[in-house]
Amino acid sequence: MRYETARTRRQGHADTATDTLARGLGLFSIAFGIAEVAAPRAMARALGMKGQEGLIAGYGLREIATGIGILASKDPTPWIWGRVAGDALDLATLATALEGKNPKKENVGIAMAAVAGVTALDVYCAQTLSRESPHPLPPIQDYSDRTGFPQGVDHSWGAASDFEVPDDFRTPEPLRPYTQPDLPQRPMPGL
Amino acid sequence: MKALVWHGTTDIRCDSVPDPQIEHPRDAIIKVTSCAICGSDLHLYDHFMPGMKSGDIMGHETMGEVVEVGAESKGKLKVGDRVVIPFTIICGECDQCKRGNFSVCERTNRNGHIAAKAFGHSTAGLFGYTHLTGGYAGGQAEYLRVPFADATHIKVPKGIPDEKLLFLSDIFPTGWQAAVQCDIQPDDTVAIWGAGPVGQMAIRSAVLLGAKQVVVIDRVPERLAMAEAGGAITINFDEESVIERLNELTNGKGPEKCIDAVGMEAHAAGTIDAMYDRVKQATMMETDRPHVLREMAYVCRPAGTLSIPGVYGGLLDKIPFGAIMNKGLTIRTGQTHVNRWTDDLLHRIEEGQIDPSFVITHTVGLEEGPDMYKIFRDKQDGCVKVVLKP
Ligand SMILES: NC(=O)c1ccc[n+]([C@@H]2O[C@H](COP(=O)([O-])OP(=O)(O)OC[C@H]3O[C@@H](n4cnc5c(N)ncnc54)[C@H](O)[C@@H]3O)[C@@H](O)[C@H]2O)c1
Ligand SMILES: [Zn+2]
Ligand SMILES: [Zn+2]
Repeated sequence: MRYETARTRRQGHADTATDTLARGLGLFSIAFGIAEVAAPRAMARALGMKGQEGLIAGYGLREIATGIGILASKDPTPWIWGRVAGDALDLATLATALEGKNPKKENVGIAMAAVAGVTALDVYCAQTLSRESPHPLPPIQDYSDRTGFPQGVDHSWGAASDFEVPDDFRTPEPLRPYTQPDLPQRPMPGL
Repeated sequence: MKALVWHGTTDIRCDSVPDPQIEHPRDAIIKVTSCAICGSDLHLYDHFMPGMKSGDIMGHETMGEVVEVGAESKGKLKVGDRVVIPFTIICGECDQCKRGNFSVCERTNRNGHIAAKAFGHSTAGLFGYTHLTGGYAGGQAEYLRVPFADATHIKVPKGIPDEKLLFLSDIFPTGWQAAVQCDIQPDDTVAIWGAGPVGQMAIRSAVLLGAKQVVVIDRVPERLAMAEAGGAITINFDEESVIERLNELTNGKGPEKCIDAVGMEAHAAGTIDAMYDRVKQATMMETDRPHVLREMAYVCRPAGTLSIPGVYGGLLDKIPFGAIMNKGLTIRTGQTHVNRWTDDLLHRIEEGQIDPSFVITHTVGLEEGPDMYKIFRDKQDGCVKVVLKP
């Protein structure tokens, strides 16, 4: 998401609740899309929309693409707005199934209620994300002069070499580099 | 008085609370002139450390002026003295204090029996840091009661601004001890995970102690820039492979000394072990996220040292102990023995070897404290270190 990956927004920002929500919607998109693509017939039957299997599978592909867009993009905001548009399309399509004498009208009503619920989440998420990404981003503060060393870095290197590391924090003698005799290193024998 | 009070997860408020009183003849009361928010406080804010109760006063990096002294502390302190208060409360008299192991003082944790249940033994009392370590009120407040005050203080001269001295309370000695635990040799590469305030101090300490090169790992651009200013080579773990870069910088041998200045809330971008930790931590099967420890054990040069100032609370999972054992790594860790180092460090500040105030990015009043917790946690607005002025 925007706050987390490399080369996107300024890094190091914590993942926010909205980012988590966006990711959840992305996953939901993909799962729902797969269901539509895999079982368009069952879905059409349940909604009394026989003959519209192709349309349902097509909508499934749209859901999957949007989901991938949300999860993979640098900024999910436009993709979430895409979901909002898709929701509107879904609702309009479902509304057509309410016309005439469809025996499955009840199921259609339930489906519309469910879509409306997700739509509310989508709108909320898209709005919050849009508000959260004011362009241009604030500039990164310049800390390149904060050395901490009044005498400069170069001068400070090893300035505390007078410090004696207490015994309990010292490397055991046998592990110290200078306890080994200064022998030249012969090349490794070929094995 | 006003104080920052913990009410629950990510719920810290600036409340009015009763002024502290002398409760014991060794106590003193100080009027706080400056205090700071520490990375350790974030573990409480996010509630990864157990043992907080609603109503606890936060804060363990505090300095100020003595306004009241109990009878038994009178020889050592007097009204008007300017003091920095170390985050570890020390008696100065027990076996551990005599050895300079102040953070495991045997007598200052009044809830020692609870700590002993969790850790096998009691450790020192700490200011504003859970009931496991005594449940003492902290110093993000207008006044602070200092128990064992005759030992628990660092006297500082007037005339040097608070900003240069305040961090003697914790992060400066903590970064210093992290480097000292490495027993740095002139040809050592010191790799430091975390460019937060502790990491920044560890970088400066490793430079002063004369490491060959100092490498720092983080992903927050401002913090990496500040690390570079202090002499470190930087690795952005979001953009590069930490292990590969460290091996590259050490001719494939790995850094001799590795410092974990991150602790239990390590982030990791998309690695398998990181997801595993997130799930386990969320389901309460693991208390800490030890991604950094795993990386250090893996990349550290054989016979090298892991120095761990980063705080852990409980049980860690999938630690590659095989690597630690077979490579013969030394582990040194602990809460900092603050008073063991502060005389020497105060000198170094006075001499102008170092000025720890470089790390301060935000100075605000106490009322703005609760907002600053969030900004500091989320690393927004270039925030590295927050100082509060009550
Ligand atoms: N031992 C002590 O006495 C003592 C004293 C003070 C602080 N601490 C501990 O030191 C740690 C750091 O404190 P701080 O004030 O600097 O906190 P902080 O939270 O500001 O800094 C932690 C830094 O680690 C970085 N980070 C997160 N995951 C990382 C990863 N996988 N690799 C590299 N960097 C990573 C973060 O981006 C952040 O900049 C905390 O755990 C704190 O509790 C210990
Ligand atoms: Zn601290
Ligand atoms: Zn003691």
